[in-house]
Amino acid sequence: MTEGVKVVSATVPARQSTAAEARPRNTAAERGSRSPKRKLRAPADKRKNLEILFFVTPALLLIAMFMLVPIIQAVRFSVYNWKGFGPLVDFVGLQNYVRVLQNEVFTDALVHNLVIIAGSIIIQLPLGLAIALLLNRKMKIQGLLRTIIFVPYVLSEVIAGVVWFQLLQPQYGLIDTVLAKLGIQGPAQGWLGTPDLALWTVLIVLTWKYLGLAVILFLAGLQGVPDELYEAAQIDGASWWQIQRKITIPLLGPTLRTWGFLSMVGSLQLFDMVWILTGGGPANSTTTMATFLVSEGTKRQNFGVASAASVILFIVALILAVSYQQFILKRDTQPDTSRKRKKVRR
Amino acid sequence: MSTATTSIKPAMKTKKSQGKYGGNVLVYALSLAVVALTLGPVLYGVLGGFRTNAQLAQAPAALPEPWVLSNYTGVLNNPEFWRYALNSTMIAVLTTVIVVVFGIMAAYPLARYQFRLREPIFMVFVLGLLFPATVAIVPLFILISRDLNLGNTWWGVALPQAAFALPMTIVILRPFLIALPQELEEAAQLDGTSRIGFFWRILLPLSGPGMVTVGVLAFVGSWNAYLLPLLLLQGEMRTLPLGVADFSTEHSADTAGVFAFTTLAMIPALIFFLAMQRRIVSGLQGAVKG
Repeated sequence: MTEGVKVVSATVPARQSTAAEARPRNTAAERGSRSPKRKLRAPADKRKNLEILFFVTPALLLIAMFMLVPIIQAVRFSVYNWKGFGPLVDFVGLQNYVRVLQNEVFTDALVHNLVIIAGSIIIQLPLGLAIALLLNRKMKIQGLLRTIIFVPYVLSEVIAGVVWFQLLQPQYGLIDTVLAKLGIQGPAQGWLGTPDLALWTVLIVLTWKYLGLAVILFLAGLQGVPDELYEAAQIDGASWWQIQRKITIPLLGPTLRTWGFLSMVGSLQLFDMVWILTGGGPANSTTTMATFLVSEGTKRQNFGVASAASVILFIVALILAVSYQQFILKRDTQPDTSRKRKKVRR
Repeated sequence: MSTATTSIKPAMKTKKSQGKYGGNVLVYALSLAVVALTLGPVLYGVLGGFRTNAQLAQAPAALPEPWVLSNYTGVLNNPEFWRYALNSTMIAVLTTVIVVVFGIMAAYPLARYQFRLREPIFMVFVLGLLFPATVAIVPLFILISRDLNLGNTWWGVALPQAAFALPMTIVILRPFLIALPQELEEAAQLDGTSRIGFFWRILLPLSGPGMVTVGVLAFVGSWNAYLLPLLLLQGEMRTLPLGVADFSTEHSADTAGVFAFTTLAMIPALIFFLAMQRRIVSGLQGAVKG
């Protein structure tokens, strides 16, 4: 059936060949295998373009509709004073941006996001690496351990948050009870209720939730390190610690750097866990940029301010992503090491 | 000098052989600690569901004594729980189907056709990775609930979720499709199959594993999603994460009930994860490898 279709489409629109040839540069020429059909090339080209259009359009449309349009709308809303009803008339220029940037709650939220980015990487990198090295030996229960360590990552942040919220209850929660048995008194307002401790408590819960991802990714990276290197190093008399420091960790570099990027992007968008554990409180000590813009947008209907905040969040994310790319990931895009690694992987 | 090296070598060897045949006590002790810290909170929640609130208040760190089933049966007899589970399932299934179908369609020409706009279009999807749903959440909420009138519906959540999952899907699928040998396509052409025929009869069956991977990632992502459903769904239409969060605030005094509800809500994701573990892990690793 497909054969018939093809013949028809290839022979009928012979006249359109000039038009089709004029616009798209003839990439079919690159395909040596198709040279016997050279006469039919131009109509086939048109058909090819239609096929491409057919395959790519649904995905592009969906992204345009639900990603591009809302982002453009966010930029548009951000220059209006708009409470969510009526037309966009009250043009205020950059005033919403000024309001957001002068709002201490937002600037604190930005600082919280940065603390969580730094804290996540500083805590999870060595810990994840240590656990990955620990698990990267041939143990009978290795598979089971890997599964277990990955469980928190698969749970939703909401479920993890609700369980931890109960564990962290002041006095009656498991954690305070255990600490009391050890003779340590938990904070009177609870770990999440004390402004100075709340952000760090959230950070610890996030570590619990996301350490498994780091371990799994690092383990995969470790698998890419050829055994011969270890053997050679052992023959040269290197100690276990020297081998890790001089061979494993440098070769794990690309994995570590990519994980760092993922972790950073995730920390910037942090919302669920904070919303469940503290709702941004106490006294705004755990607000993130995302919780700020959601509460401005939904609780106070300040759509203009919320949109300005989301544009700022995006700009911060973009600056961080580009500088990460420039200063840290750059090494990996240099062809020599990364290409070799890719070959090994497949 | 030479004595030093000779003395190190046997030491290394024993270490390695120990690693091979079971590892030393320290490694197991450390592993056990990691397991306890990882699973502890989850298990505490599961066991807490089998206790009464009085038990929990009296001795928070104890085992159930006696075991109580009423918390769990209470949740299972709660029609709201099943309603939330249905909503979660439907939204996750819709999201997954859209992501997999549109994703493989878009990835096919981007992987196997030669055309001028190939790399620019691929870049559009790569850039899409940079836009989290959070950034556009307020206009997205207005677009869906007012302009499209899809607020409080399954589609209203599934469509944007699929849009935001597509970039990752295509980034994972494209190298997968590129890796399929060119000879297959040439052989199919020689036999007179068109590119569409090649897509249907050869490429789709062969890319099963890749599609399962992206499908699982999309499903788990949708199942766990909170922010978008929080803004778009109310009442009867809420999903399990919303249900769990609301239950825990509404019944904050009923700790055991909260544990039971939370445990039952996490079971589907856990089962799904255990069944699809390989796929999730390989998908995430593929994403990191880029």
